[in-house]
Amino acid sequence: MAVFNLNVNGKTHQVDVDPSTPVLWVLRDHLNLLGTKYGCGVAQCGACTIHLDGKAVRSCITFVDSVGDKQITTIEGLSEDGDHLVQQAWLEQDVAQCGYCQSGQIMSAAALLNENPHPSDEEIETAMNGNICRCGTYLRIKEAIKTASKV
Amino acid sequence: MTLVKTTYNRRSFLKSSLAAGGGLMIGFSWLASACSVNTPKELTIPDEWFEINAYLKIGENGVVTIFSPNPEIGQNVKTSMPMIVAEELDVDWKNVLVEQAPLDTVKYTRQLAGGSDSIRTTWSALRMAGATARTMLREAAAKAWNVSVEEVTSETGVLMHEGSGKKAGYGEFASVAAQVAVPEKVDLKELDDFSIVGTSRKNVDGMGIVTGKPLFGLDYKVDGMLYAMLIHPPAFGMKLKSFDPDEVKSMPGIKDVFTLKTFNDDYKRQWSDTISFNEQVVIIGNSTWEVWNAKLMLNVEWELSAESKISMAGWGNDYEVNVPAGLESTFGHIAKMKEMAKKPGEIVRRDGNPEEEFKNAARVIERTYTAPFLAHSPMEPMNFFADVKADSAVVVGPIQSPEYMGKSVAERLGLPLDKVEVQMTRMGGGFGRRLYGHFGVEAAVISQKMKAPVKLIYTREDEMTAGIYRPMYHAVYRAALDTDNNLTAFHVKMGGIPENALHANRFPAGALDNYLAESWETDSNISVGAMRAPGSNFNAAAEQSFLDELAEEMGVDPIQFRLDLLKRAQENPVGENNDYDASRYAGVLEMVREKSGWNQAAEGKSRGVAAYFCHRSYAAQVVDLVMENGEPKVEKVYNAIDCGIVVNPDAAVNMVEGSVVDGIGTAMYGELTFSEGQPDQNNFDGYRLIRYTEAPKKIDVHFVENNIHPTGLGEPPYPPVMAALANAMYKATGTRYYHQPFIKNSFD
Ligand code: FES
Ligand code: FES
Repeated sequence: MAVFNLNVNGKTHQVDVDPSTPVLWVLRDHLNLLGTKYGCGVAQCGACTIHLDGKAVRSCITFVDSVGDKQITTIEGLSEDGDHLVQQAWLEQDVAQCGYCQSGQIMSAAALLNENPHPSDEEIETAMNGNICRCGTYLRIKEAIKTASKV
Repeated sequence: MTLVKTTYNRRSFLKSSLAAGGGLMIGFSWLASACSVNTPKELTIPDEWFEINAYLKIGENGVVTIFSPNPEIGQNVKTSMPMIVAEELDVDWKNVLVEQAPLDTVKYTRQLAGGSDSIRTTWSALRMAGATARTMLREAAAKAWNVSVEEVTSETGVLMHEGSGKKAGYGEFASVAAQVAVPEKVDLKELDDFSIVGTSRKNVDGMGIVTGKPLFGLDYKVDGMLYAMLIHPPAFGMKLKSFDPDEVKSMPGIKDVFTLKTFNDDYKRQWSDTISFNEQVVIIGNSTWEVWNAKLMLNVEWELSAESKISMAGWGNDYEVNVPAGLESTFGHIAKMKEMAKKPGEIVRRDGNPEEEFKNAARVIERTYTAPFLAHSPMEPMNFFADVKADSAVVVGPIQSPEYMGKSVAERLGLPLDKVEVQMTRMGGGFGRRLYGHFGVEAAVISQKMKAPVKLIYTREDEMTAGIYRPMYHAVYRAALDTDNNLTAFHVKMGGIPENALHANRFPAGALDNYLAESWETDSNISVGAMRAPGSNFNAAAEQSFLDELAEEMGVDPIQFRLDLLKRAQENPVGENNDYDASRYAGVLEMVREKSGWNQAAEGKSRGVAAYFCHRSYAAQVVDLVMENGEPKVEKVYNAIDCGIVVNPDAAVNMVEGSVVDGIGTAMYGELTFSEGQPDQNNFDGYRLIRYTEAPKKIDVHFVENNIHPTGLGEPPYPPVMAALANAMYKATGTRYYHQPFIKNSFD
């Protein structure tokens, strides 16, 4: 066990965990930030996507001892009230079916739009290809990203 | 208005109290607001709630809470069911909050997510719940105003008496209405007067989902909760021999390690008690990762299991399932299927004299189709919470069949059924996998032993390798043609390991004078269960590909070919047991022909068509694609769907889009194979699911407009798209695709 000071959503949190613990489980079990989801644990589905210094990473393979003082942003930290334009676009397109993959999708989409505010269809597909939606909402997500990119 | 008797579902009017104060019912949660985008800020939450019946309560300010009875799995019933209640209650949807109801088999009808049946089986009950409440409000107002109830009308949450000009909001009369006797008869709206049903309303959990609120089973937590994981045998045909708990018991955060038996040996299992390995090792600790680490460290020895029999409680007649010994492999399965297909099967339906017609045929066309085992792979892995006390238990989590889980848990714990409370969380998908609730029993047994609240978590690997798969299927289709290329007889022989998929009474049965359907099954120790459109998902893929090939051999257009057969089935059906409506079936084919512009060639694209009937609904699809490096790029999928009244159109479109994507993914990539009893794939790196780049570019959805009571939608569009895809791929490549997955498969 070791003590880590993590900067999550603008606040510092201290956790005492095994250094090999993936950030995913630190967030979920220790910080009660349950919006970041577990889907595969092996960087295949994107359900656990968070931002590390603004870049999308898979928290299931990001170990707590590798974070240092980088800024972690989770879906809970994306906006105060769900008013981030990506979240709003998701509501406008009524994207979700079961909804389980969507926080990871939104985090990937928000990171994409940070880097590339007006992505083409192909750029969206490539950037999002690591996020699985088992319910098959891919077309709506693409629409939502385009909606957000027009704002 | 239509006056109907309220005999139906009167049990739901049993009240827990006359005027339920705010504290009695589940408290308000802001994210449950029906209009999720803006409303929470606009809605004033009432100080007091008045429970009118099990489906709804009304606040003194007119805000209404509607309880959604059925489990929400992504089919959007948590929005569409309350819409139906709100329609008949006659309120503004903006003033509606939605909450998930708990399991209560006395008050609610069929709380199950499966068979695409949630809306169909509750439609009348939901309407009645709203209409009765509306009548009770009118009666309360009539009494206060001293007028007859017939003269009191309602309009979106307002009661009115035209003669005196009196008006009052529902909230004003809610407390009195809660005490009015349940009326003997109520008025139901005419379908043409609907203003909520048939209009698109956003997902009531939308805001909760996009802000990452803890809506799912895996998110459910209480103080002092322990985490548990299981270790199951690495291969089907193996069982636990021994393990050494000492090493891991001393690992940080680990509380206990022991053997868990899910069901007792003398227990007669219900249909939902399917399980692959009844004895497993359980590790319990303080956090997910600590338990996971211990799981990786634990030394377990396994041994071969012997053949066994499992007693099942059937509906009316109990039966036994044979579980053979041995370590099975995919190549063995394929050899077995070929062998079985050569033997005579069990004749399920026989019309005319097909054997004779085949003998006399000028030409016989015979094709073989196969499909592999599939893992459901819902995005949220299996998990369940249990808190078991000496004389009661609470279990909470994602479950499609809460009623059955409740029974299994009560039985296993030795508690009376009414001492087991089952709460449903939102489910991160299910696709049938969550019909089999062994994980709730497992969590309960662990909690009982630990005397603490416990969350049981399956890793993705646990889930993908622990069984309850879609079975493996095989079908041989044969058609007899005479010298004029007329279809004179049709024969299907379909089988599966270990379950068969045949729906013998569906089209083209009923359209052919000489028809033979045979089936076979063969034992396996690999466990299986229902997966999205069970049976149909293979039937449609195989049959609709065969019909396409047959039409080509006969030199007729594939849509016209089907329509001609359907015309026969409509005008002069063969046999009595045909379970489809030929005119509705033809209706979706005609609609997709028109919407896709079938008769004009699609510029530079190859197209294929298919249609199917299942879960009482009809779906026809046209797929347009181009091939690139041996993989299809699907440009567009046209859908024509007849599922009766569409409650929430945009959500229904979403459901169809999802089914289309899923169907294409299944047909192209889905395959679970076995070596020596062990699944060869254990996560999404090996088990391929469809992704963005492989999804169709566009999906067009059209619904047949009619006033038929709503039928299933979560499953019907899934099966036929597989065949429409195969038929379009044939057009592009000149190769027929007989074996799933099309990308590469173990059969070829
Ligand atoms: S859980 Fe991290 S990518 Fe799947
Ligand atoms: S909405 Fe269910 S997995 Fe994406």
